[in-house]
Amino acid sequence: MIINWQEFTPIASLIGGTILGLGAVLLITFKGRIAGISGIIGALMQFQNTPKDHYLWRILFLFGLIGSYQIYLILFEAPTIEINTSSIELVMAGLLVGFGTRMGSGCTSGHGVCGLGRLSTRSFVATLSFITSGFIVCYLLLHWIN
Amino acid sequence: MKNLLTFLAGLGFGIGLIISGMTNPAKVIGFLDLFGQWDPSLVFVMLGAIFVTFFGFKFIEKRKATFFEEPLHLSGKTHINKDLVVGSILFGAGWAIAGLCPGPALVALGSGNQKAIIFVVAMLAGMYLHDHPYKKAFSEKSV
Repeated sequence: MIINWQEFTPIASLIGGTILGLGAVLLITFKGRIAGISGIIGALMQFQNTPKDHYLWRILFLFGLIGSYQIYLILFEAPTIEINTSSIELVMAGLLVGFGTRMGSGCTSGHGVCGLGRLSTRSFVATLSFITSGFIVCYLLLHWIN
Repeated sequence: MKNLLTFLAGLGFGIGLIISGMTNPAKVIGFLDLFGQWDPSLVFVMLGAIFVTFFGFKFIEKRKATFFEEPLHLSGKTHINKDLVVGSILFGAGWAIAGLCPGPALVALGSGNQKAIIFVVAMLAGMYLHDHPYKKAFSEKSV
């Protein structure tokens, strides 16, 4: 393991993590909901048997999330979004992320940020599974296939 | 007021993701590339976030209701099943290919990035495939 000191941003990442954690806390303390992005998006495609307060809060939360980029631009310079993945790989990745997060009942936000904060064993197992899988697949793609 | 706060929660989550660097897929892949030039930044994102959610959830779960005196919708699930592990492994694989997970993908979508649009459309399709055809077939089998 070699640390990439040039790319390493401990302070910005710690501050950013704290802020996104506050976002999650805001949602649970005022709305009583878990900030699990895959769960929120998935529920929007439930279509049937939806209770009265099913859509509005989810749409508002996602508006905030999607709109954050443009609002960030008002104050700061544009952040880097570098995607070096071909379209066909993006489709594969998207399908895997969509299917996998719904099957595993959560993603980096629901299991990683909220679940681990609640010391949930279930979320710990999920987080360990997707991070390990991520390390292995990344190794295969970057150092084995090429 | 509640609606505004819900919007702000999403906004805060997104701004936090941007500041943390996690909306840049190349940086996320730098974290997943453990055996190459490793960028441990994501560990610090998790530390910052979990520090806040740990105390936030502890406080509100003790209070047992939101500040508007409404119930908390928390998962009470504790069992570890095959779906949890297999689903997470599939997710991790997709995460490593593109460097995108659902939250950052939506922030990137907001930038109008064309590749992010492709990823999000495929992700929605993947979610739909699981929640509808797959679940239907699976529950029919188990009945």
